[in-house]
This record gives sequence, C-alpha cells and structure tokens, in this order.
Amino acid sequence: MEDIIISVAQRTLVAGTPLLLGTIGEVICERSGILNLGVEGVMSVGAVTAFIITFVTGNPWFGLVAAIVAASLISVIHAFASITLQASQVVSGLALTMLGLGISGLVGKPYIGKPLTIKMQNWAIPVLSDIPIVGPILFDRSPFFYMAIVLAALAWFTLEYTRLGITIRSAGENPMATETQGINVYRVRYWCVIIGGAFSGMAGAHLSTSYSKSWIEGMTAGRGWIVIALTIFALWNPMRAIIGAFLFGGIFVIQYLLQPLGISPNFLAMLPYISTLFVLFIGALRDSRKMNAPAMLAEPYRRGER
Amino acid sequence: MANTDVNISIGEGEILGLLGENGAGKTTLMNILYGLYQPDSGTIQINGKDISIKSPGDSRRYGIGMVHQHFMLIPNHSVAENIALGYEMTPLLFPQRKIKDSIITYSKKFNFDIDPSRSVWQLSAGEQQRVEIIKALINGADLLILDEPTSVLTSQETQDLFQNLREMKAQGHLIILISHKLDEILELCDRVTVLQKGRIVGEAQTTDVDKKSLARMMIGREIIFQIEKEPMERSDKVITIDNVMVKNDKDLEAVKGISFSIFRNEIFGIAGVSGNGQRELVEAITGMRTVESGKITIDGNDITNESVRCIYNSGIAHVPEERIRFGIAPGLCLYENAILKQHHKPKYSNKLFLAYSKIKEHAQKLLSDFKVLAPSINVQTKNLSGGNIQKLILGREISEGPSLLVASHPTYGLDVGATEYLRKQLLKRRREGGAVLLVSEDLEEIFELCDRIAVMFQGEFMSILNSDDLRLKDIGLMMAGSLRL
Amino acid sequence: MLKLKVTDRIDVLPRHSLLSLVFSLAAGLLAISVIFLFSGVNPLYAIFKIFSGSFGSLYGLKETVTKAIPLILIGGGLAVAFRAKFWNIGAESQLLMGAIFGTWVGLNWGPHLPWPVIVPLMFLAGFVGGAIWGLIPAILKIKFSINEVISTLMLNYICNEFVKILIVGPWRGKTKHGFPYTDDLPLSATLSVLPGSRIHYATLIVAVVTVILLGIAIYKTRFGYEVRVIGENPDAARYSGIDFFKTTLIIMVISGGMAGLAGVGEAAGIHHYLSYPESISSGYGYTAIIVAWLAKLNPLYVILSALFFAGILVGGDAIQISLGLPAATVQVFNGTLLVFLIMGDFFLKNRVALQWDLKRN
Repeated sequence: MEDIIISVAQRTLVAGTPLLLGTIGEVICERSGILNLGVEGVMSVGAVTAFIITFVTGNPWFGLVAAIVAASLISVIHAFASITLQASQVVSGLALTMLGLGISGLVGKPYIGKPLTIKMQNWAIPVLSDIPIVGPILFDRSPFFYMAIVLAALAWFTLEYTRLGITIRSAGENPMATETQGINVYRVRYWCVIIGGAFSGMAGAHLSTSYSKSWIEGMTAGRGWIVIALTIFALWNPMRAIIGAFLFGGIFVIQYLLQPLGISPNFLAMLPYISTLFVLFIGALRDSRKMNAPAMLAEPYRRGER
Repeated sequence: MANTDVNISIGEGEILGLLGENGAGKTTLMNILYGLYQPDSGTIQINGKDISIKSPGDSRRYGIGMVHQHFMLIPNHSVAENIALGYEMTPLLFPQRKIKDSIITYSKKFNFDIDPSRSVWQLSAGEQQRVEIIKALINGADLLILDEPTSVLTSQETQDLFQNLREMKAQGHLIILISHKLDEILELCDRVTVLQKGRIVGEAQTTDVDKKSLARMMIGREIIFQIEKEPMERSDKVITIDNVMVKNDKDLEAVKGISFSIFRNEIFGIAGVSGNGQRELVEAITGMRTVESGKITIDGNDITNESVRCIYNSGIAHVPEERIRFGIAPGLCLYENAILKQHHKPKYSNKLFLAYSKIKEHAQKLLSDFKVLAPSINVQTKNLSGGNIQKLILGREISEGPSLLVASHPTYGLDVGATEYLRKQLLKRRREGGAVLLVSEDLEEIFELCDRIAVMFQGEFMSILNSDDLRLKDIGLMMAGSLRL
Repeated sequence: MLKLKVTDRIDVLPRHSLLSLVFSLAAGLLAISVIFLFSGVNPLYAIFKIFSGSFGSLYGLKETVTKAIPLILIGGGLAVAFRAKFWNIGAESQLLMGAIFGTWVGLNWGPHLPWPVIVPLMFLAGFVGGAIWGLIPAILKIKFSINEVISTLMLNYICNEFVKILIVGPWRGKTKHGFPYTDDLPLSATLSVLPGSRIHYATLIVAVVTVILLGIAIYKTRFGYEVRVIGENPDAARYSGIDFFKTTLIIMVISGGMAGLAGVGEAAGIHHYLSYPESISSGYGYTAIIVAWLAKLNPLYVILSALFFAGILVGGDAIQISLGLPAATVQVFNGTLLVFLIMGDFFLKNRVALQWDLKRN
C-alpha cells in the first residue's frame, strides 16, 4: 500500500513538473497583458531541441539551454505579431502553436525511435531523501522539479515584492498609466513573452530528457493547453500554480487507477477544464477584482492612443 | 496653434491660477512644462537659468510635477505600488515596504492621511488625487501643477485639498492651479493669469479683482445680442425632463435633479464647460445611460430608461459628441452609415432584408441635401473629412424629421464653412417645427442659435433664460458656478 | 536613431487586398522552403508534391473536396462569429456535439425510418447539438463576462472527454468486439458518396447552400448589417440601438450549428460510426479558423479558402507517404502561412515609414 502511495505521489510530481514550468511562464506573460495561446507549440519546440542537442552532445544540460534558446526565439514571432503588429493575440498564438508543432515534428522525424543513452538523472538530496515516505517522493526527483519549485517561488517573489514585478503587473493592468511613468510598455511585454516562451521550452525539455528519453511526434499531448487553463485556475499566481499543477498532474496519474472503483477516467480528465470554468464563474459572481486577472489582458495597446 | 506669446512667471511660495475655458490653451501650456509637448519657440527659465524640457523625465529632474485631470493610477494596485512605479529611486527589492516610510512622511507633512497599503480602487476621488500629489512630491517636485483638480471632488474634499495646498505653499512649494471655476481661483490663488484662445488676456493679483471682472476677461467679449433668427411662437411641448438624476462612470451623481422642457420651433441650448454633466444628461435622454431617478416624457410617452431603439422610435435623434467613436462605423461605406440608426425602419428594411436600392437612394439624397463631399456613396466612411462625416450624421438624423434633435458639440473641430452650414441646418429644423437640444461650449454658437439658454454647472442648471434676457451678460459667472438665478 | 512610423492607411482597395494576399502566400511559401531546407528536405520537390498530390490528380481532387466539406461549413460559421469579434475557438467541440446528436438520431431512429426522413433529421439534430454547445460560451460571455477564448477552449476538452465516455460506456457498439466505437449507423442513416470517391454529396450541397445563404445574410440582411456594425465599432452599435445580447446569441447558434452540421457529415458520411473524438474532428475546428481568416471573413470566399487548406491537408498526406515526412508538416504550412497572412494584413492596413529621429535621445 505504501509503495502505491509513494509511486502515485512520485508520478504526480513528475506529471506536474512540465505543467508548473509552463504555467510560470504563461503567468509572467499574461500578467504583462499578452495572452499566449502558443504554449503547446513552444513546448514542443523545446522538447525536440532538448532531445536533439542532448542526443548529439550527450549532455542533457546543453539540451536544456538549447531548448530555452529555441523556445525564446520562436516566441519572438508571437511578440512581434501581437505587440508591434497589433494583430489579434488569439490568431497569432494559434499560428505559433501550429508552427511550433509543425517544425518540431519535422525536425524531430529522424530521431524517432532512437532513445537517449544519457538522460537527465534524478538528484537525490542527501539526508532528506532518506526520510521515510516523504524522502523518496520529494527529495529524489529530477532537477527539473527542483528548478520548477524554486522558479515558481522566485517568480512569485519577483512579481509581488520587487520593482520589476510592479512594472510588469502595471503594464498588464493599465499600459497607458504605466507609459506616463516613463516605462516602455512595448519592451516590458516583449521580454515577458520571451521569458514565458523560455519556461515553456524548459517544460518541453523536461518531457524529452527527463520524463522520457525518446522523442515522438505529439509529445506534448495537449499539456500546453492545460497550462493555459492552469494559469487561470491558479489566478495568475505562481505559488497557487504549484498546487494546481500537481493537482492537474495528479488527475492524469490516478485517472486509470480509479477505474476499478467505477470512476470514469474520462470524467476525471474533464476536471481540470471544468474547474477552470468554475473558477471563472465564481469570480464573475463575486467581485472580479479578487480574480487578479490583469485588467488589460489580450487588449492591444497602441502607444499614444487615449 | 495652441499658444502664442505666452509669458508666465511664478515666484516662490505662491499659488498661481490659470483661468480659461476649455480650449483656451491651459492644458497645452502645462503639458509643455511637463515635457509632453515641445514648444515651437520660446524659453523656460528656472531661477533665471534657461532650461530645456524634452520629456517627463526632464521636467521631473527640474522639480516640476503634474497632477493630470484624469488620474493615471492603477486601481487594483496599492498606493505604495502605484507610487513605486514612477519613482526613480524605487528600490529593486521590497519596494512597497521601503517606500511606505516616504509616503507616510509626506502624508503627515501635509495632513494627507493616506494609508500606503490600501488599494487605489478603495480610495475616494479626493484620496486618489492626494496619491497623485504624493507621487509628484516624492519625485522631488518643487513646482506642482494641478489640472482641474476639483472636477471630481465633493465640496468638502475641495476644501481639504485647498487646505493641503496652502500648507504646501507655506513649506515653500510653488503651485499652478488650472481651473475654469472663478470661486476657487479667487479663494486659493495669489495671482491669476487668464488665457483665451491661446493668448494671455489678463493678469492680476486675486485681491485686486472680483468675479465679474475675471469672468469678463475669461469670456472676452461683451455679450451682444444679435438675433438673426426670426422669432417663433412657442408651440407644443415636445419633451419634458422631470427631476432627472444620472450617475457618471465613477458612480457619482453627474446630473442632480434637473427639470426642463423643450417646445416645438425652439432651439434649447445648454451652455457650460464640458464635464459638468452635459454628457451624462445627453446619454440619459438618448437611452445610452441609466436614469437613476426622475422621468423623461416625449410627446406624452414616458421613455425613461427605455432602450435606445425605442427612444429613437419615439422621435429623438442624436448627433453624438464623439462623432467617430459613436456616430459611424468607420470601415463601412457611406450608404451603410447613412442608415446606422434607421436600418430597422420599415422603409429601409422588411423583416429580414435591407432594401439597398432605397438605402442607396436615401444616401444619395443625403449627400446632395446636406452637401457632403464624397467621391461616391460607396467609399469607406473613414476616408471623409471630419466636417463631411458630421454633415452625414446630421443629415441622417435630421432627415427623418425627429420630434427632438439632440446635438452635442456639433461643430466641434469643424472648419468655418461646415460650421456655418450645420448651424443653418439647425435653424432650418427649428423653422420646420422641430425641437432642438443643443449642447455646446461655444458661446457664439449658443447665442446665435438658441431661443432659450440653460447654463450647466456641476450637474445643475444655474439658470434657464430666454436668449434676449439681459442677465445673460453674467453667463461667465454662471458657467463658473458663481451665480445662480 | 532609426524609428518606425506607423500610420493608418485609408485608401485600401479590393485589389490591394488581393495583392497583399498573394504576397503573403508567396512570402509564406518562401519561408516554408527555408524550413524544409533546414530539415533536409528538398523544398521544390516537397511543395510540388503537396500541390500535385491534392490538385494534380483526380484522386487528389476528390480527397480535397472531401476534406473541404467540413471546412466550408465550419469556416462559414466562424466567419459570422469573427465578424462580430466573438472569438469562437470551440468549433472542434461544436462539431463533436453535432456528431453526437446526429449519431444518436441515426442509431436510434435510423432502423425505422427511410433515408429521406432520417438524413434531414440527423442534420437537424446535429445543428441543434452544435448550436446548444455554442450557446454556452455566448451566455457565459453575456451574463458573466467570461472571455470566450477561454470558455470555448475549455469546452473543447470537456466535450472531448465526454465523447470518450460515451463510446466506452453507454454507446459502445455491440458489434464492435469491445472496441470503443459505436455500432455502425444503419444504412439509411449513412450518407451516400459520389461513386469512386468519399465525397458525401449531401453534406457538400448543404455546405455550399448554407454558406451562400450566410453570405447573403451578412451582406443583405438586417441581421448581417448589425453583425458588421458590432464588429466594426461596438460603441456605434450601442449608439444605433443594436441589441448585443440577441445578436450574440444568434451568432453562436449559427456558428455552433454549422460546426454541428459538419459533425454529422463526418460521422454519417465518412466514418459511419462515432469513435475517438480526434479522428472525427481531425482538427477541422482549428484549421477552419485560418480558413475563415484567409477568406477575410466573407462566407463566399470561404469556399475557395476551404479548398485551398483542404488541398494542403491532402497534400500533407501525400508527402507523408512519398517523402516519409511527419504528419506535422501540414502544421508547418498552416502556421507559417498564417504568420505571413498576419503580417500582410498589417501592411495592408498601415503605412509604415522608416524615419530618422534626431530630436529624442
């Protein structure tokens, strides 16, 4: 029984890690006012890049760095389209998804069926990982997991308690007021989109070099879309995202485990999306200010317009 | 040209008032000081030294701070976060905590009573304004410019603000108060400079002048009554507004229990500086804003809070203040905009289909009847000049022969030719038996066209007078809230 | 320093529009060639293969028309929704809902009714199903101001799982040996195809007819006029007395219903049973977004646009077989073309000038 609990918990943390990473990035991006629907595509690009570079160099850390770079670069397209060209962020984000999925599938084709010999190994933290039950669950995990937790806390701290955080949040709340304070809102948003992409890239790297050691087309399997839901479910708060990511991740882990009990796995799979809608619904009934939704999310901002 | 040959000077520990109507050039001048615009010629000197200001950052460095009429605050953030956003010396980490002390210091210094951790949306207008002031002060402003600061304040809040400003003056700050309200200028300021159409038309110590002389300087003309329109017998009542109260977007009362009626063959004018409730009144009458209390009746039908379409069907047409924003769909072509408000009428559509041949015919007629210059009825409406767009809108609304035509700042921004043409059309409507409600800041227009004139100030009518009433010579006082009849 | 100066362009003519389109597609194809080169594929050969695979043979043409059918239907509906700036991303699930309703009618009433009765009934049911699913985000937006992008996206996934629940549970076919498929639709409930092809012509006729009707509606009816005004300038719409609520609801009934019709077409015309949602909807709901976009939201142009993208889909299949390229290649096409269309649109609407600005630092 204990083994089952440990196993489920471990797998939950693994499943939630890419979700958390992606969500941190999307939170930063949306907080600055830009909606990025391209997460699925960017994550895919990160995954394939990490895989290829790790395959070629034998070092998963190079793969991680390359994934971050590639994901950031491709995100520039969305930034350019939605900030400079003022195009619809919905259309631009969807284009990014298609492009990302397409390019990664194309570029990754030769590598299908060739697993990595070296993948990202788990780090067992000395002493802590020996604690019964909790040890193997929390402290013998992939570096991606530790990074995700640390980065989530860092992101939260930055958004809430630093000057940079105020700047980002103000750009998303009221770009006009922010601009009158001498801040270049365009530049702030560009960086936030790119950083958001970098996080999605990390999430993708986790998938191809830690979660599994192979590349297959469609590796991201809809995780990018879950990230978008999770961003809202977490009310744009990276700390809440930690809980949400493992909650959502956990659902997919126990999805089939609960089947003998008569609980439909498909119904469970619906829960992340239903709960996101539910969160929005509740927010609409109460004072929407508590929602934390950036007031100007997805509204194009043109400098000089009153 | 917004300003010509403007020379202003201000000494230490002084409050200077800048008086003038809207469009007199006050805000432009101050925006130059603040660094938002560049002057085409002229100099700025501080303590006798020439300086140049190219951006808000520059002006801030020279100790100039500005509190705009429309607050640039982020409602969901706290006071501390809002101030930290613009403050150059904001620390990178934990800015809210570190700035808090500075905020409290300034707060105590001038008795502002602002709690840095509260969210801005929870603050009253007066408190929000004080946040803006602290924002300016914390950046080291010695000179503080306030643009129409009392337009959003209650009278108590106004008194509090004046108290604060006096204390700041005592501490050596220089203050420029931009306003159109005579009472406030006289109460608070040491000196006053009067601007009209971009020029200085008067300067004085406030102890040397009274309201009447200031008003005369502000309006700048003797009120000569040149009624070129033929007198008309007052006919039946068309619309009655009965004790109507309307709120503005900030949930404050913008129209405070106004009552009046308009008759056929009459142009009824509402004069007054923009922002005193005119917009909200017009929106309430045309159905675009809720009437909180009171009643509006047209031709005997109660139309209070009915839908826009229902009100239109009852006979009220509307030429809106912001013609591009509300009056047309810019990307649609002319003939499609020619029926923007009328497309549901039987002659332009049956149940399902629009009768395009009739619509195009109508559009063609509008173009010629109202002298709209356009290559054809098929061009996109946004390609027309402002004047032609307005003529289209006016023609569209007038041609249906409405019982009441509401025209809000109809000649704003138009050239002389278009202006004259529009005014003639309004007079024509009056002759034909229609009633017109004209809201305008242009006194010339008000006097030329109206049979009766109401002066609106802070949501109330200061007076309703016939256009030949001699008491209208004090219209300046009424517009500035200093005289009620 | 070099600055970009952007101003509105006010003299846009239809021929400019066409030019911008051609340039965007050309630039897009160029970019796609670069991507192919980079991935070790001969771009000229690949692009040639894609277009010859879809338009160059009779078989290809037939497949292209087959795949164009759902795109025409959904694209037409989206053109209406997008015109009013209602961002319906949920066509994928509205299609599935249509398939569900249509399949239910087909399985339950099919055996007892002749095809002239059952087929229209299925289409009707499908329309209703899609319309209901489309009304949900409309109501959520009107009553609760919930952003339709998110709600339609969430509903896509919810519906996806719902289909899976049906096909492994109550609707699992008795003849399917335990596989998660429904029973085959009875013969009267299947749509016949043109001989030698998979073109279920009934749906094709419905598609073309409805799209033409929509085109007429948008440009000739009062409703279409109001939709266009809302999309152009919502403030002016308010001023003119247009009823937002009613119009939004009708828009989503149309958009959802059209997708529902497509769902019936796929279920009854192609597969003849209800199965894994991804195989039924095949991403048509998302592809149709670009279809509508390329057609500049004109329901009549949607027909051409749908054929074009259907051709890319079919060509993508052809390339998969002949060059061994992954299925994702099609996504490269779609994504790149869309990006260049966005850019082309920008240059169409704005005049851009490079400027030397010496005044500011």
